[in-house]
Amino acid sequence: MSMLRDAATIARRNMIRIRRVPDVMVFVVVQPLMFVLLFAYVFGGSIDIPGGSYREFLIAGIFAQTVVFGATFTGSGLAEDMQKGLINRFRSLPMSRSAVVAGRTVSDVVYNALSIIVMSLAGLAVGWRIRGSILDAVVAYALLLFFSYAFSWVMACVGLLVPTPEVVNNATFVILFPMTFIANTFVPSESLPGALKTIAEWNPVSTLTHAVRVRFGNLPAQTPEPTAWPLQNAMLYSLIWAVVLIMVFAPIATRLYQRAGSR
Amino acid sequence: MKRYGEVTALDGLDLDVPGGTVLGLLGPNGAGKTTAVSILTTLTRPDAGTAMVAGVDVLADPRGVRARIGLSGQYAAVDEHLTATENLEMIGCLYGMSRRDARRRGLELLDQFRLMEAADRPLKTFSGGMRRRIDLAGALVADPPVLFLDEPTTGLDPRSRGELWEAIRDRVQRGTTVLLTTQYLEEADQLADEIVVIDHGHAIAKGTSEELKRRVGGEHLDVHVNGADDARRTESIMNKVATGPMRVHHDEGEVSAPVANGVEALSIVLRELEEQRIAIVDIGLRRPTLDDVFMELTGHEASAEASQ
Ligand SMILES: Nc1ncnc2c1ncn2[C@@H]1O[C@H](COP(=O)(O)OP(=O)(O)O)[C@@H](O)[C@H]1O
Ligand SMILES: [Mg+2]
Repeated sequence: MSMLRDAATIARRNMIRIRRVPDVMVFVVVQPLMFVLLFAYVFGGSIDIPGGSYREFLIAGIFAQTVVFGATFTGSGLAEDMQKGLINRFRSLPMSRSAVVAGRTVSDVVYNALSIIVMSLAGLAVGWRIRGSILDAVVAYALLLFFSYAFSWVMACVGLLVPTPEVVNNATFVILFPMTFIANTFVPSESLPGALKTIAEWNPVSTLTHAVRVRFGNLPAQTPEPTAWPLQNAMLYSLIWAVVLIMVFAPIATRLYQRAGSR
Repeated sequence: MKRYGEVTALDGLDLDVPGGTVLGLLGPNGAGKTTAVSILTTLTRPDAGTAMVAGVDVLADPRGVRARIGLSGQYAAVDEHLTATENLEMIGCLYGMSRRDARRRGLELLDQFRLMEAADRPLKTFSGGMRRRIDLAGALVADPPVLFLDEPTTGLDPRSRGELWEAIRDRVQRGTTVLLTTQYLEEADQLADEIVVIDHGHAIAKGTSEELKRRVGGEHLDVHVNGADDARRTESIMNKVATGPMRVHHDEGEVSAPVANGVEALSIVLRELEEQRIAIVDIGLRRPTLDDVFMELTGHEASAEASQ
């Protein structure tokens, strides 16, 4: 019980920051908005998807990429708290040992929800539509948020291991860009050459994108049935990844927090 | 005891602070002060040894200890994007207080510390001294019976320092037990009932500030002359009045000695310097500092380690 209370206190604190720190606003609202608009207008007309609209196709990819990058906040936030000595202050308080990291991952979900709302509105404005049922759409949104929540625990470990928030940002860009581009986020994975195709098929970002795309009814009509097992079971495969990430990284993050030393 | 790799940060340090009193842990940079505080506040586990805080074992029941202490670390640990009120409310909630109580108590402290102007503005815009005091207020939100203050006034201007001393005295008057670390003899002098001087992780002296100062001698005579030659001649003159080991920096022409009777020593040294025609750049009497305590107790200078 005290764990939930403490995590809520930490999450509340992180929510105050979104209004005060311009960087957060840019990352949560402006950047996703720009992605939707740029992709829609710059690439939207230039790439042909047989039997469908590229604009509709790529919205799910942009959502997936944004929420994966959104997990970075947990990492950079924790690294900053460490650098500023706040983690030591928290560790001297009679609070739950996992609440600081848990509070972070929870506020990430709120940030991500905000990003998704902004992107959905922008998407609707440029012609994207949810073509499936409302229930399917709700499931798609929930999957996006749950996957990014799980990924926040990975980022939490990164944040607790590195010396400054900048390192988190640099490290994640190096890892997350390939991870979100060697996937079916922006092009169908069938169009990728050889090894990249296989990587893309097993990449959880692909399956996340695919599952969301299917639920939104945004998959072009003439798309062939995927041959790779992960894509055939995109929802299940993405959920397994998310659950495994939490089971592995949540205990590690909590441990790292407890050990997090005086600089 | 605590080791960091090759470095033994703490080595057989024994502390005993009676309830309601202030213990000053006095030592130069790198002496092990922060390490001692980290162990007592459960942030670090010792490699060997035991500690009880407010009757609770730090190893057996760290959470119990945390519920009974307030910590203000060596560097202000506040969220600079939050206002002072928000910071204090957050800390209060994490101590298990209700939001309302935490907020009320926070405002009370801000008022007492004359920090009301920071109440509703993000701390980013405020000076280091201000953040330091808000950090201290954070340690007081839950009224813990034991307070740890790690170099609370290092880097503060004299006025903020005085205000912080006031606030600490006020807590002690209400029965709080305090462990305070400092590099300044004067600070320990002002606040501490008992002082433990540490160097290289162990205690080298213990006593009230009066007792310590008696050991160091009442006053210090500093003479500044030109060049190493004059310094050497000054050294032999000062030898006659010195009551303990002298500090001499030949190249800078600085000689310093503890003396029993300041005014008498001053006039003797002045007369001799004049007879030997040694030009004086500066001469003066002063109260003993931590450097002097160190010189007396260890025979080496505190500042030698401070550089590393
Ligand atoms: N996390 C650490 N890792 C390695 N060495 C450390 C660490 N913390 C302190 N030390 C070393 O332990 C000794 C005591 O440090 P510290 O307790 O910070 O001294 P003080 O607070 O009195 O300046 C120093 O030699 C310091 O370099
Ligand atoms: Mg220190």
